[in-house]
Amino acid sequence: MPDDLPDNLILSDETIPAGAYWTGVIPRWSTLRITDVDGAGAAALLAYNAEQPSERYNAPDTTKVQNMVFLTEGWLLLSDLGRVLFSITADTSGGQETLAGGTTPATVVDRYGDGGTYLKRRNQRYSNDRDNFVAALGRHGLDQRDIVPNVNLFARVEVDDDGGMRFVETRRAGCHVDLRAEMNVLAVLSATPHVLDPSPVWRPGPLRATVWRSPPPTASDRCRTRSDEARRAFDNTDAYWSRWQARGAA
Amino acid sequence: MSIVDVVHPPGEPWTGVVARGQRLRLVDLEGTQAVDTLVYNAHDPAERYSAADTIRAQSNLFLTTGSRLLSSHGNPLMTVVEDSCGRHDTVGGACSAESNTCRFGHHTRFMHNCRDNFLVGLARHGLSKRDLVPNINFFMNVPVTPEGRLDIVDGISKPGDHIDLVADMDVLVVISNCPQLNNPCNGWSPTPIGIHVTE
Repeated sequence: MPDDLPDNLILSDETIPAGAYWTGVIPRWSTLRITDVDGAGAAALLAYNAEQPSERYNAPDTTKVQNMVFLTEGWLLLSDLGRVLFSITADTSGGQETLAGGTTPATVVDRYGDGGTYLKRRNQRYSNDRDNFVAALGRHGLDQRDIVPNVNLFARVEVDDDGGMRFVETRRAGCHVDLRAEMNVLAVLSATPHVLDPSPVWRPGPLRATVWRSPPPTASDRCRTRSDEARRAFDNTDAYWSRWQARGAA
Repeated sequence: MSIVDVVHPPGEPWTGVVARGQRLRLVDLEGTQAVDTLVYNAHDPAERYSAADTIRAQSNLFLTTGSRLLSSHGNPLMTVVEDSCGRHDTVGGACSAESNTCRFGHHTRFMHNCRDNFLVGLARHGLSKRDLVPNINFFMNVPVTPEGRLDIVDGISKPGDHIDLVADMDVLVVISNCPQLNNPCNGWSPTPIGIHVTE
């Protein structure tokens, strides 16, 4: 169990092997903690409204509503319907980026060569985020049409005045990020190296996914109150939740 | 040979198939008009424009001459062959009733928006919200700082600026000529664009 979380708050605690994927539903106001176990972790994240998965993470809305492309403690992951999927309530890492997207079969071959087949490497094969997403989403009746540009945890990408993108290494072993679900969130994680990680050596890291029963946000919650835009996104989310509960679904 | 030659009003969707090898020209007739655009494989729309793959492959957020619009399957959909503006946005996405409520307040909820135009345009081709992914904004100016600050700022396109794209496969192009009135992406006054497809 994570050191700072009492056992009685833990709903689940799993290790995601390097290169693998994970999917789960995080109940509203519970928190998904992702830990970079050995400092080599990278986590491509997609998020959906678990009750209505056509509502999904939207990178452009997340970044333009908050005027920010780096997501760390205090920032929100927004859906395409103006509501909050996850609040970042704690972050001991160097932050999250949401521009570069995930690895694909082609990017993995380009970077690491074609020696990563199952035939050659069995379960240490070179995987990629796109196929991991398809496999994970398939468990929920979703498919490739439900894939959108994702968040990359434990990754920083800097942009210069001319639009040039540069991967910046920020990882440290044991770092974690806490994502508090503001509705019932279907989360999908893929643990392959960041698509702009320049290392030519295939070296994904394991992740730990811990779901814990976190306190509900208070009126002065930092994520909720950091801007008028954030307050309105929370208001939208609360209104949706009230309507959904009124239908007797909760 | 001219296949399409229209002046397209602001606030309306436009859709059309551009065959492999044909050239699509978009003209910002009066300047500073955002042209929200999505592109699909005309024969298999599950293959669609991927903002992340496109900018990752060129290591740059902005589209201009030489940029290739990559699909979700890693294939080139269209290539930019001419651009008199110099910078087009890939990260700002489309305006919607919902994001407008967050950004500008709940009084903007019922204002016309690109999301609605996209849904209406996609519906003509049997497509739906599930097919709506982050889009290109031609003629829109969205700088990002090294610290990660992103802003939708005054456009840099001049009246008559154009961008030409050649189709690398048969593509379905879906456009919303943006109706946003709440920020400077359309110079506070949405205006018509020219849409031209030639052999």
